[in-house]
Amino acid sequence: MRRNLLTLSTLILILFLSVLSKNLDPYIYQILVFFGINSILAVSLNLINGFTGQFSIGHAGFMAAGGYFSAALSIYQGEKLLNMLSFLPRDLAQGVIFLAFLIIGGLFAALLGLMIGIPTLRLKGDYLAIATLGFGEIIRVAILNLDVVGGPRGFPGIPKLTDITWVALWAFIAVVVIYRVINSSHGRAIISIREDETASESMGINTTYYKVLAFSIGAFFAGIAGGLFAHYLMMLHPSSFTFMRSVEILLMIVLGGLGSITGSIFGAFVLTVLPEVLRGFAHLRLIIYSLTLIIMMLVRPSGLMGNREISFYRLYKFLRRKGIG
Amino acid sequence: MAILEVKNLSCAFGGLMAVSDLSFEVEKNEILGIIGPNGAGKTTVFNLMTGFYLPIKGSIIFNGKNLLGMKPYQITKLGIARTFQNPRLFKKLTVLENVMIAMHKVYNASLFDTLISNRKYIQQESIQRDKAEEYLDFFGLYKRKDEIAENLPYGEQRKLEIARAMATEPSLLLLDEPAAGMNLNESLELVNLISTIRERFNLTILLIEHHMEVVMNICERIIVLDFGMKIAEGKPEEVKNNPRVIEAYLGKEVKGVIH
Repeated sequence: MRRNLLTLSTLILILFLSVLSKNLDPYIYQILVFFGINSILAVSLNLINGFTGQFSIGHAGFMAAGGYFSAALSIYQGEKLLNMLSFLPRDLAQGVIFLAFLIIGGLFAALLGLMIGIPTLRLKGDYLAIATLGFGEIIRVAILNLDVVGGPRGFPGIPKLTDITWVALWAFIAVVVIYRVINSSHGRAIISIREDETASESMGINTTYYKVLAFSIGAFFAGIAGGLFAHYLMMLHPSSFTFMRSVEILLMIVLGGLGSITGSIFGAFVLTVLPEVLRGFAHLRLIIYSLTLIIMMLVRPSGLMGNREISFYRLYKFLRRKGIG
Repeated sequence: MAILEVKNLSCAFGGLMAVSDLSFEVEKNEILGIIGPNGAGKTTVFNLMTGFYLPIKGSIIFNGKNLLGMKPYQITKLGIARTFQNPRLFKKLTVLENVMIAMHKVYNASLFDTLISNRKYIQQESIQRDKAEEYLDFFGLYKRKDEIAENLPYGEQRKLEIARAMATEPSLLLLDEPAAGMNLNESLELVNLISTIRERFNLTILLIEHHMEVVMNICERIIVLDFGMKIAEGKPEEVKNNPRVIEAYLGKEVKGVIH
């Protein structure tokens, strides 16, 4: 009960802050939106790579699948549904439809995750990485050849429904869902697969089930992130979902620390803000960006947070120790 | 009554017969030792029984159920637990978490319960934690519960592995060289521990071991393997004096060689 109250009040605080930030400078506002979307991607990939220990680099594929699916729903079915719900106030009807389309897009990505996960998750390490990489490319190439979603011309005309409150809400849901899964016996089963799959199996854990589960939850939130992305930019193009996009998400979690939720958010923040901060350095930008990552990996190979979480309780204990000692 | 019946079990890796035509029975509540020189196929037998390898023929019947074709986790759920030759702890997790993971099969809160954090979830979490602490207490590891498993001294890691296996609530426990790397004192302590858990949990134990003082001390019956075949079976004293066993361990006496 107390847990849920705490969660609820955090949610209200976050939504309140997001409403306030609507008056911000549009440039800052946009960075905040991308930070939120990147956080969803990073946290969900961390469930697969960091907690389950299954090295996947096809996250952009799931993002594309969810994004295109919900965008297509908005374009082809949005008006019709809006007319059907005309008894509701227009904003509310729009919100309900958007929520449903996002979830359907997420579920579509999760279904793909399930279909990919069952055959490929028996692979390990590098082999799984290559399989997921190939899968991500297949999705992108499939979209390139799908005329209903514009193919190589891109997919314009998506209604602008995403605002910072939607992004904050979904980032919050992603964090809470993954945090709660991890802090249960199900989560310990997932982590034990990362630690030693053989031992995990002989402790009576159905490792295939939990690997596919983690993969699907991760894919679901990547699909949601894709939907938010699509309805923010109002236009999708397959070139947004190349292999480099997957690598960028991977960088966020490696930088933040595999197996740390707060680390993922931090990594998403750094990799969203850093390119913007470095804009002033013009052509030196990419060099500084790469150097930062190299130095980071040399100095702290386990990521900024390792597999720890930022917690107010630990901070409190730390400050007290300092104060007394 | 036999709790486990192994019949005509054979397993091959390429052209090598790792186990050939092996049959034996394990009676309820006994401690049966499996010994034999290196590469005799002892660990392979364990891997066959726990579903990690698939035999080319034969059957393994546990409490009337054929285990062939079952996945390792299904076999664990039926009540067979094992330890590994080299400890396979969840090294980066705490001692308590190691034991809690082994209790996953009796965890009763669904994924949905954990997502909404309802009363059932909270209750199941605390049951699991309390029971895991009880196991640690029994094995004398309670004080270490919040330590990272890989930081434990070697002997305690071995103990933790047994504690973790016991937390899956088995009726048959397979121990793969539990005394490996232990000195005489530590192995005698281990002998005590094994006898205690057998009494306390009403357990049947199958034990692979090289330390003869351990095997001769606690095993009621011993099977000797060599090149995947059973070459002797019987009480410790009988096995110790069996010429085929001595030959397998020390080699054959060569006649007619001039010294």
